[in-house]
Amino acid sequence: MDLNKRYTPQTWPDHPETATLEGKNKFVGFWLLLAAETVTFASLFATYLALKDKGPSGMEFTAAGLFELPLVFAMTMILLTSSLTSVYAIYHMKNHNFKAMQAWLGITVLLGLTFLGLEIYEFNHYVHLGFGFTNSAFSSAFYVLVGTHGAHVVFGLSWFIALMLRNAKRGLNMYNAPKFYLAALYWHFIDVVWVFIFTVVYLMGVIG
Amino acid sequence: MSSNAQKTGFGATIWDYITTVDHKKIAILYLISGGFFFLVGGVEAMLIRIQLMKAGNDFLSAGTYNEVLTMHGTTMIFLAAMPILFAFMNSIAPLQIGARDVAFPFLNSLGFWLFFFGGVFLNLSWFLGGAPDAGWTNYASLALASEGHGIDFYSLGLTISGFGSLIAGINFLVTIINMRAPGMTYMRMPLFTWTTFVASALILLAFPPLTVGIFFMIFDRLFGANFFDVTMGGNTIIWEHFFWIFGHPEVYILILPAFGIFSEIFAIFSRKRLFGYTALVFATILIGFYGFMVWAHHMFTTGLGPTANAVFALATMIIAVPTGIKIFNWLLTIWGGSISFTVPMIYAVAFIPSFTAGGVTGVMQAIAPLDYQLHDSYFIVAHFHYVIVGGVVLAILAGTHLYWPKMFGTMLSEKLGKWTFWFFFIGFHLTFFIQHFLGLMGMPRRVYTFGADQGWDLFNAISTVGAFFMAVGVIILLVNVVMTTIKNERVGNDPWGDGRTLEWAIPSPPPFYNFAQTPLVRGLDPYWIEKMEGNKEGMIYAEPLGDIHMPNNSFIPFVMSLGMFVASFGALYHLDGDKAWALPVLIIGLGITFGSMLVRSWKDDLGFIVTKEELIADQERIQREAQAREGGKNGGLK
Ligand code: HEM
Ligand SMILES: [Cu+2]
Repeated sequence: MDLNKRYTPQTWPDHPETATLEGKNKFVGFWLLLAAETVTFASLFATYLALKDKGPSGMEFTAAGLFELPLVFAMTMILLTSSLTSVYAIYHMKNHNFKAMQAWLGITVLLGLTFLGLEIYEFNHYVHLGFGFTNSAFSSAFYVLVGTHGAHVVFGLSWFIALMLRNAKRGLNMYNAPKFYLAALYWHFIDVVWVFIFTVVYLMGVIG
Repeated sequence: MSSNAQKTGFGATIWDYITTVDHKKIAILYLISGGFFFLVGGVEAMLIRIQLMKAGNDFLSAGTYNEVLTMHGTTMIFLAAMPILFAFMNSIAPLQIGARDVAFPFLNSLGFWLFFFGGVFLNLSWFLGGAPDAGWTNYASLALASEGHGIDFYSLGLTISGFGSLIAGINFLVTIINMRAPGMTYMRMPLFTWTTFVASALILLAFPPLTVGIFFMIFDRLFGANFFDVTMGGNTIIWEHFFWIFGHPEVYILILPAFGIFSEIFAIFSRKRLFGYTALVFATILIGFYGFMVWAHHMFTTGLGPTANAVFALATMIIAVPTGIKIFNWLLTIWGGSISFTVPMIYAVAFIPSFTAGGVTGVMQAIAPLDYQLHDSYFIVAHFHYVIVGGVVLAILAGTHLYWPKMFGTMLSEKLGKWTFWFFFIGFHLTFFIQHFLGLMGMPRRVYTFGADQGWDLFNAISTVGAFFMAVGVIILLVNVVMTTIKNERVGNDPWGDGRTLEWAIPSPPPFYNFAQTPLVRGLDPYWIEKMEGNKEGMIYAEPLGDIHMPNNSFIPFVMSLGMFVASFGALYHLDGDKAWALPVLIIGLGITFGSMLVRSWKDDLGFIVTKEELIADQERIQREAQAREGGKNGGLK
C-alpha cells in the first residue's frame, strides 16, 4: 500500500473500508469480534436478570425503588445522537472530506464524554445511597453489566481520539480509512447495547 | 529481503522467534510450549496415579492431591491440548488454502504470547503459595472457600490465555474466509481446514461466557462482589452454567481438529479420496452447532428439573448421529484403499475403536437417570479420557508424525514411532478401561485415597501400571525427536509420497513467503489432481511471478502480553491489604499493555516487499538444495 498516493473525492473508492485486503480482513474480523462481544453482553444480561433485586435478607434496594428514568432517558438520547453524528462522520469519510469527518467525530466524542459524565454522576449517586458494588448480588450484577458498557464507552472514545490525533496531519488514506470505519461501527454497537440496558435494566426495572 | 536478512547465532534466533509474525514459526512456538505443558501435565498425571496405586497411600497429602488433580486437568486442556492443536492449525491450515500468511500476523503473535504468559502465570502458583485446588471445573462453592491465592492464579491465568485463544480463533476464521487461493471454494477445502474453521467459530462463541464467569470469580474473590455468595443473594449455579456453556463446546474445539487430522491421514495413506467428503463437512458443522445446546448434561444432578434434563438428554444423544456419520465415512475411506501402515495411519486406525468406546459411554451418560448413578464416579473419568486421550491425544501424536517433516524438514523415525505407539496405546487402554469398572463399583472421582476394605486395590494398581506404559511411550517420542533433530536428514516437498493437498506441493519447511506464486485450485485434493495429470511442478498458478508483500516482525505482542502478566500480579495481591505495591503494579501492567497498543496503532507499519528478483534467486536456491539432496541419495545407493 502506498501511503503517499493522493486521492481526490473522484478517485476515492466507494467503500474504502474494504478496498484493500487488509481492510477486508479487518472488516470481517471486526464483525466476528462483535459476535463475541454480543455473547459477552448476553451473559451479563442473563446474570443481571437472575440476580436482580437479590441480596442479603432485609436488603432495602430494588430496581423499582432505586432507578429513575429522567436522567437515563437523557443519557439514552445523548448516546443515540452520538451514533447519528458518527454516521455523518463516516459519510464524509466515504466522500473523502477529511475536515468534515474530523468535525463530526469531534462532536461524537463530546456527546460520548457527556454520557460518561452523567453515568459517573449516576453511579456516584447510588453509592451515596448505600448501593455500592459490594452491597449485594444485585448491586454487583448491576455495576458489572452497566460498568462493562461504560468501559466500552471509554475505549471507544479513546479510539476515536487516538485516530483523530494520529491522522490530523496525515489525512485520509487507504491505511486509516478502515480504522475510522470500524471505530464508528464499534460505537454503533455500544449504542445498541445501551438500548438494551435502558430497556432491560431501567424501563423493566422501574415498571417492575 | 532486508528484514529477513539471516543473522545467525543463538541470541538472534531467540529474538527472531520472540518477534516473529510468520505463522510457521508461531506454530513451532505453540508446539514447543504446548509440548512442554503436556509433559508438566503428564508428570502431574503420574503423581495422581502413584498416589492411587494402593489403598491408604500417603505419597501425596489430601491437599496436595487436590492441587495436582486440578492443575493436571487445567494444564492438559488449556495449556497442552489446545496449543498443540493450534500449532497444527497455524502451520498447516494457511498452506492448505494456498495463503502466504494468516489474515492478522501481528495478532497471531499476540495470541501466542498471551497464551504463553497466561500458562506461565498459572503455573507460578506452585511456587507462590499453592496451586488452585477446586478442580479444573472450579465450581464456585468450592472455589470461594479455597484459601490462599491458588484460585486467583487460575482465574487470572485463564483470563490471559483465554484472550489469546479468542484472538487465535478470530484470526483463523478471517484467514479461511478471506485468504483462500483462487479456485479454493469452501467445498474444496481440505477437512483439516474445515475443522479448523468450525473449531474457531466455537472458540469465538464459547470463550466469552467463560471469560464472563471467570471475571465474576475474580470480582467475588478479589474485589468483594457477590455473584456466587448465597448469603448476599448470589447463586453458585451461575458459575456452573457459564463454565459448561463454555466447557462442552470446548471438548469439540479439541476433538474437531483431531477429526480433521485423522481425515487427512485416512485419505493420504489409503491413497483414496475421502469417502463422503460432503457428509463429513456437514457433520462437522452440525456437531459445532449442537455443541452449544447440550451443556446441561454436565448438570443433570444439579436439580434443574425433569423437563430440562429430558431436553438436554435428547439433544446430547442427537450429537452422536453426526459423529457416527464420520466414523462410517472414515471406515469407507479405508475400505478398498491401497493402505500403507505408517505411524500416522496406525494411530488413525487405533483411534476409531478407542474413540467409539468413549462415544458409547457418552451416550450412556446422556441418559439422565443412569447419570445419577455414574456422575462423579470413575466411570466419568474413564469416559472423558477415552474421548480426550483416545481422540485428541492420539490425533496430536499422529499429527506430530505426519506434519513433523512439513514443520521441521526432517522425518521422525518410523521405527521409534511404532514403539511409542504400542506403549502408549496399550498403556492407555490399561489405564482407563478398568476405570469404567471402578466407577461402577462405586469409586468416586476426585478422592485422594481409598480404603483397603473397599475392594478397589487391584484395579487401581493395574491402572497405574498402564500410566507407566504411556510415560515410556512419551519418553521414546522425546528420544525420537532428539535423534531426528541431530541426524537432520532433509526431505523434499512430499515426504510421505502420497500428499494430496497444497501443503505437500511446496518445500519442507516452506520458504517464509510459502508460495512464490499463488496456486490455482482445480478441485478437491488439488495437489493430487496435478500429480494424476502428470504435472511435474505439482501446481499451476493463478498469477505470474511478481513482487510479494510481507508483514514486518514486531516486539509489541510480547510486550503487550508481558503487561497483562505484570498487571495480574497486582490484581492478585491487591486485596491482601498489606501490600502497598499491588495497586501500582496493576496500573503499571495495564499501562504497558495499553501503551504498547497505542504505539502499535500510532506507527505506520506497512510491511516489506520481496521483489521478483529476490524471489527468483530464492527459488533457485531451493532447487539447488533439492538437487543436492537427490544427488546425495543416488550417490548413496550406487
Ligand atoms: C491430553 C491428555 C489429557 C487430558 C486433556 C486430560 C484431562 C483430564 C481432565 C479434564 C481431568 C479432570 C480433572 C478434574 O476433574 O479436575 C483429568 C483427571 C485425571 N486424569 Fe487426565 N487427561 C489427560 C491425560 C491423562 C493421562 C495420560 C493420565 C494417566 C497417566 C491421566 C490421569 C488422570 C487422572 C488419574 C485423573 C483424576 C481423576 C479424578 O480423580 O477425578 N490423564 N484429566
Ligand atoms: Cu459435555
